Amino acid sequence: MIRITFFLCLIGLLVAPNAKAASSNYPLEDAEVDLSDKASLYRGAQTFMDSCASCHGAKMMRFGRIGDDLGLTDEQLAVLMPDESTKPGDVIETNMPAEYAQETFGIVPPDLTLTARVNGGDWLYTYLTTFYADPDTAWGVNNAVFPGVGMPHVLAAEQGLLQPVYETEGEGENAKRRLVGLESPERPGTLSEEEFEQKMRDLTAFMVYMAEPAALLRAHYGPYVLAFLFIFTLVMYLLKKEYWRDIKH
Amino acid sequence: MIKGLGKWVDDRLPVSHFWNAHLAKYYVPHNFNFWYYFGSLLLVVFVLQIVTGIWLTMSYKPSAENAFASVEYIMRDVEWGWLIRYLHSTGASFFFIAVYLHIFRGMMYGSYKKPRELIWIFGVLILLVLMAEAFMGYLLPWGQMSYWGAQVIISLFSSVPVIGPDLALWIRGDYVVSDATLNRFFALHVIALPLVLLFLIGGHIMALHEVGSNNPDGVDIKENKDDSGKPVDGIPFHPYYTVKDLFGLGVFMFIFAAVLFYWPDGGGLFLEHPNFTPADPLKTPEHIAPVWYFAPHYAILRAVPDKFLGVVAMTVAILILFVLPWIDRNRTRSIRYRSTAFKVNLFAFAAAFIGLGYLGTQPPTTLGTLASQLLSAVYFGFFIALYFISRRERTQPVPERLQ
Repeated sequence: MIRITFFLCLIGLLVAPNAKAASSNYPLEDAEVDLSDKASLYRGAQTFMDSCASCHGAKMMRFGRIGDDLGLTDEQLAVLMPDESTKPGDVIETNMPAEYAQETFGIVPPDLTLTARVNGGDWLYTYLTTFYADPDTAWGVNNAVFPGVGMPHVLAAEQGLLQPVYETEGEGENAKRRLVGLESPERPGTLSEEEFEQKMRDLTAFMVYMAEPAALLRAHYGPYVLAFLFIFTLVMYLLKKEYWRDIKH
Repeated sequence: MIKGLGKWVDDRLPVSHFWNAHLAKYYVPHNFNFWYYFGSLLLVVFVLQIVTGIWLTMSYKPSAENAFASVEYIMRDVEWGWLIRYLHSTGASFFFIAVYLHIFRGMMYGSYKKPRELIWIFGVLILLVLMAEAFMGYLLPWGQMSYWGAQVIISLFSSVPVIGPDLALWIRGDYVVSDATLNRFFALHVIALPLVLLFLIGGHIMALHEVGSNNPDGVDIKENKDDSGKPVDGIPFHPYYTVKDLFGLGVFMFIFAAVLFYWPDGGGLFLEHPNFTPADPLKTPEHIAPVWYFAPHYAILRAVPDKFLGVVAMTVAILILFVLPWIDRNRTRSIRYRSTAFKVNLFAFAAAFIGLGYLGTQPPTTLGTLASQLLSAVYFGFFIALYFISRRERTQPVPERLQ
């Protein structure tokens, strides 16, 4: 019994959720990332190139790799490339000069190759869908999971601008308002709520893929490796039993 | 022809003698249980780390400017690079899982007791060098956690009285963790420490094969020999334990592969999420957490309010293992024949170690610090209690033969 308890403790130690450096307590939504849905990844790649890549680079991701992994034709891949001189071996780079970005945004937009690995797909999806109106900031928008975000709401035209719902905590001078929810925009965006959410799910899925293209290879080879090891272990078990038949124990 | 060649070699090099002395005629108790798989598994993981490490160095660039990008290059552009890298990073965590279970086995069955004190001492030395090896290896990907983890740990040395600041400077080779630090850690990680480990493991196994293995009953099988001088309760390591260990290896590799292919960052424990951000000396992360295998010791460090005393406590927590064979004054080896007090003490120790491991990965809170202090007391209390429990312990009689 004690041994079993000990093992449960060990397993508990392994799966204990690791504290994440979260600066907001806003609940994360499930991004429902499905890397086997290549069409979703391709749509996400297009959104990334159209809406993100003008300011952000993804300097560890090659176009050719995207084409190979998503099974794209040359024409489909060309849609993702910024111009005709782009070669498959090129990486996703932004055209925005760093000095210009520094002047305009006060910060150079970070490289996005590995963002999904740092923050996780759920965080990314929630981030992308929770920009809201906040007149106190430079861009007039804030974000539920990234308070004080330095990026404008690039997709405001498509989503519409969500309105915040605050709750006041404490009284008098100590009163603090806390974001508890988001309401539909006063003026709707060009996309319906479902369409926008799907678009962000696709984008999130692409960014999760981009952060670790090997995830597709892991999923591909995993079953074969495990099947081999299972058979190997079974054979070794039978071999062991055969050898140990004459041992009294 | 082959036989002739074999004899020719054997006349010049003691190959068959070695084979017999360490495998075919090396007699081992026949009652090894689950806990006895980890020794051979550790040897396999050690080889795995060496081999994957060699291939990683073929593409890795040990410089502050290129290190981070070169790891991503391995993950993306090097053929099978992702697999080699994951084998190495998951391997590091599994190394420690196996090491901690292997040590716990020794504590349960009294494998540190006479005549195996030296095996135990070699073992603790291996643990120490392995920790240094893992710590230096963790700097190499040059992510935020690599950088700030190293910064925090090296700065601990500066709390040593008098020579502290100079010592930390000497270790870093700079005023902060920098390119110079990365280069020397790379040198130590890929050649110096693995070489030391190799010698220590050699010593560990030589000392083991000199006195023979302990077993779950703690019975000395050499006390009962037949007319030909073989232990009655012993069986040759080869083929019996080679096939048994191959089965154990299969199970271990299955779990290992399942983690590698479906959960390679171990939920942020095996590969910490913030480490996918390149090291930035100007930006301290909100919460600096060590990798899980250092977390128990880190929790002990944080439990002590004074920095230097915390470092002392953390160091003593490991070094005290060296004298375990002399702290435990009882001659009965196996937990099976020892008192309830001993069992409670040992399992409280294991629970405290796991609890400290959890607390060490969490951001510090008042309650967490209190819990760490309590569990640190249990950790050190184990050794003090053992010293007194073992003096006049009421043990059950140990059988003459294996059960």
